[in-house]
Amino acid sequence: MVHYNASLEDTEFYKLQRRVVLRNCGVIDPESIDEYIAVDGYAALGKALTSMTPAQVVDEIKASGLRGRGGGGFPTGMKWSFTAAQNNPVKYVVCNADEGDPGAFMDRSVLEGDPHCIIEGMALCGYATGAHEGYVYVRAEYPIAVKRLGKAIEDARAYGLLGKDIFGSGFDFDLYLRLGAGAFVCGEETALMTSIEGNRGEPRPRPPYPAVSGLFKKPTTENNVETFANVAQIILNGADWFASVGTERSKGTKVFALGGKINNTGLVEVPMGTTLRQIVEVVGGGIPNGKHFKAAQTGGPSGGCIPASMIDIEIDYDNLVAQGAMMGSGGMIIMDEDTCMVDIAKFFLQFTVDESCGKCTACRIGTKRLYELLEKITDGKGTLEDLDTMETLCRYIKDNSLCGLGQTAPNPVLSTYSRFPEEYKAHVVDKKCPAGVCKSLLTYVIDPEKCKGCTACARVCPVGAISGTVKEPHVIDAAKCIKCGSCMERCKFGAISKK
Amino acid sequence: MSEEKLVNLKINGIDVSVPEGTTVLLAARKAGIRIPTLCWLKDINEIGACRICVVENEVKGARKLIAACTFPVSEGMVIYTNSPKVIESRKTTLQLLLSNHKMECLSCVRSGNCELQALCKEYGVEDAHRFDGFRSTWAIDDSAPHMYRDNEKCILCRRCVAVCSKTQACSVIGANDRGIDTHIACAFERGLADVACVSCGQCIVACPTGALSEKDDTQKVFDALNDPKKHVIIQTAPSVRVQLGEEFGMPIGSLVTGKMVSSLRMLGFEKVFDTNFAADMTIMEEATEFLKRYKEKDNLPMTTSCSPGWVKYIEYYYPELLPHVSSTKSPQGIFGSIAKTYYAEKMGWDPADVFCVSAMPCTAKKFEAQRYEHTAVKGLPDIDAVLTTRELGRMIRKMGIMWDELPEGEFDAPFGLGSGAGTIFGATGGVMEAALRTAYEVVSGQKLPDDKLDFTAVRGTQGIKEADIDIPTPEGETLTIHVAVASGLVNAKQILEWIKSGEKNYDFVEIMACPGGCVNGGGQPIQPADVRNFTDIRKIRAEALYRDDLGLPIRRSHENPDVTAMYEGFFGEPGSEKAEEIMHTVYIPRKQY
Repeated sequence: MVHYNASLEDTEFYKLQRRVVLRNCGVIDPESIDEYIAVDGYAALGKALTSMTPAQVVDEIKASGLRGRGGGGFPTGMKWSFTAAQNNPVKYVVCNADEGDPGAFMDRSVLEGDPHCIIEGMALCGYATGAHEGYVYVRAEYPIAVKRLGKAIEDARAYGLLGKDIFGSGFDFDLYLRLGAGAFVCGEETALMTSIEGNRGEPRPRPPYPAVSGLFKKPTTENNVETFANVAQIILNGADWFASVGTERSKGTKVFALGGKINNTGLVEVPMGTTLRQIVEVVGGGIPNGKHFKAAQTGGPSGGCIPASMIDIEIDYDNLVAQGAMMGSGGMIIMDEDTCMVDIAKFFLQFTVDESCGKCTACRIGTKRLYELLEKITDGKGTLEDLDTMETLCRYIKDNSLCGLGQTAPNPVLSTYSRFPEEYKAHVVDKKCPAGVCKSLLTYVIDPEKCKGCTACARVCPVGAISGTVKEPHVIDAAKCIKCGSCMERCKFGAISKK
Repeated sequence: MSEEKLVNLKINGIDVSVPEGTTVLLAARKAGIRIPTLCWLKDINEIGACRICVVENEVKGARKLIAACTFPVSEGMVIYTNSPKVIESRKTTLQLLLSNHKMECLSCVRSGNCELQALCKEYGVEDAHRFDGFRSTWAIDDSAPHMYRDNEKCILCRRCVAVCSKTQACSVIGANDRGIDTHIACAFERGLADVACVSCGQCIVACPTGALSEKDDTQKVFDALNDPKKHVIIQTAPSVRVQLGEEFGMPIGSLVTGKMVSSLRMLGFEKVFDTNFAADMTIMEEATEFLKRYKEKDNLPMTTSCSPGWVKYIEYYYPELLPHVSSTKSPQGIFGSIAKTYYAEKMGWDPADVFCVSAMPCTAKKFEAQRYEHTAVKGLPDIDAVLTTRELGRMIRKMGIMWDELPEGEFDAPFGLGSGAGTIFGATGGVMEAALRTAYEVVSGQKLPDDKLDFTAVRGTQGIKEADIDIPTPEGETLTIHVAVASGLVNAKQILEWIKSGEKNYDFVEIMACPGGCVNGGGQPIQPADVRNFTDIRKIRAEALYRDDLGLPIRRSHENPDVTAMYEGFFGEPGSEKAEEIMHTVYIPRKQY
């Protein structure tokens, strides 16, 4: 049956989605301030500046239950109240737009598709906390976002929505852009501030917390793009409206960057509390090629995995943490049975090893040694003792690292090890990779029953490891084989398998 | 001022009350508990990077590791500094550091005086190879005249970086790359010789390991000593006599002039002279120069020129202010030029056969010795080799000289007699005080009473000191000389900014590159941070110099009979043409990039 008049909302992909953060993306011209204003843009700022006290704005955000969308999930209203309580004439608002998780691009979509909502959210934060200056720290790899945000700031200034005496309220607020040079650690708030100050982006010890001594040692409120994108909607529609969506302790919606072994990849925005099964099977359209769902990695390289047995989990901050995973900024990588969990842990760890700023010993050397242990295991050289050392080292890095990057770096290892210990043991004890991913542990074999002797495999083998005469079963010389898989791909008879 | 708010906490079960804002580490010391550190340098490098100082903080029954060096105390805090988890964590941190460390511990210059080694011993790190894996490899930077950087021994504590920027205002080093590849280097991986490094060596003193070390010139000196053709003579700077004892386990601030002289003689130096004599010569020249410039209002304030790190700093960073610097050579330079001219002539030696060594508390002196302007005899350097106090200690140990058994020796004539004014050159304010003793008496024509000889206003370890000194003239007027004394280049920078802006009008300014002056120079014996953080070694060593001054028969440079004889027999009078030619120098504006 064909629905000629089916609305977009009714499609499988959209029917469970609810777009608050992404509401304007793809709908309005991001370079037109007038179009933003036409969809109630800056109405929230007007409402706050003309009819609410700063404390009321803080209270409204508190009441909404909005939590930071950047990773930790700290209650936003509470964060604002800390800065608001500081008695200092100079305070700052900082927007973390240094989105760095591999495969995550929700912030980019907002910055490129609806830049004014960030400006409005930050101005509201400035009003609520008593700050008159804000910085957006955006990565230089997002040139369109930089361009559009820059234009949006200029347009807002021209309209008197940034600058002196906004809405005749006497409130001054202005914004500046700072470009990040591509260091993942600059997404950590103290490193981000150090970078804005003009120094090498490295985290600094806390306390003092940014609310007390942040950017340029002044009280600072830092939130990420997605958090700020919610703010104007909350002020405009009220805390109750926002809190009506979500679970008890996680309100509103969350944007996920769906990726990996799933049919519909891309950004999805769903209410908090949507189950993983709904995301995978309905929104994501299931796993391709008839494969089965094995696990989902949430929270990017700092997160953890949710195994298939937990597919009915309601996704919110606390449920994810309880499962040893985390919301993070919203990366969601779906894995099927062809994914080796040791290999995937190694993959994520490689990222943090590369991105460690090198300041503290635990992260700089610890993650590298942890990576080397995983390498040893996937190379088939691991021992049971190595598994113990691996776990001890994971705990050590978590406990001893200076900042969130190091403290969460071992998560992919710990979470895969706790969920899939048998896979680790298979690598170590049986010297096998059950998912058939780890090359060193694979052997390609030709089933003589099925082999027709067509010679196709021998011809495609780049190292001449396959021998045999025409119409006779061929044989792979394991010593020569480089495990490239070309023969298996070429064989029309399914005679070649990896073990 | 309002009362400091006190915070109560428990550390290992001991109740402690400390002012709000105190770190857990300092609170623990109040409870008599030492927490180990590597990256922490009090007030200079408080970055919580090495993680050696972790302790457990119990919050609502759960214990979390925190870095004691930066974490402030809070009311009701419960801290455990020695729990099994803490000990295990520290041990793992040490093992991780060792896994990326060049284990040259048997012969490393810092073996026995290495903070990493000491902690490994303390924590019983028996399995040093537990985490062996990829090890970063770096070429040694030996481009600078005064030091080596061996990044394979670096533990990235960043103490050198902090000192270079915060106390020395140079910032020529920082962290490059990231992750396991992180290393300390200059911008764009240039060598230290190619950046605006002033050779002060404060980074070496700050280094906990053997990653930074002075260029070792001991072999060069041994070779000269073994060359029968050479007349190897040595001069010893004022500060060395209050430092060298530490190389042999003596308390900080031990005055060991006699033992030092004996040891040098045993090492085979033909003549053992005192830089204090040259310092007196410096005062004669500098005080004369100052009075002339003061009268002529010529580029005032005049600044001192004896600290080669300072001279290099102003050449790099404020070349436009170079006319303010006194043209008088440093005592080392004056000694070298006299040795190869006057003394060689007197002894009937070919200047080319004179090998002039200086023992200095300084690494920048190695640079100064290489300056081409410092050649009183054409084609010959005034100074052939500079030994830091550390290198001198090394030579004495290597030659099996039993320090404790050494008798009290005496310097050789004619450059062995130095005044108390010369000896206090080693402390910040000392050159100023020495110059004032002479200038006062020259201008007023009166002898300062002994109890007025101490210009206490310019003493002490503060970074910047100011004073107005009144000198009566024979005409019954009073000259008021505005003086300032700065040590540590960040303070020098402040003074220079004031001079530039005209905010302050000084007449005479003494500047030493190293905080506290030469007693805390880049060539001093290295005391671990654990000592430096809680003991003002600058103060203790300086006090030893002032004691030395007090006990000397001659305390004014112009009363040194050898100095008078030198002028009478060779130079004529201070500031004469010959003195200008031999004892004065020129400076070179340098480009930072």
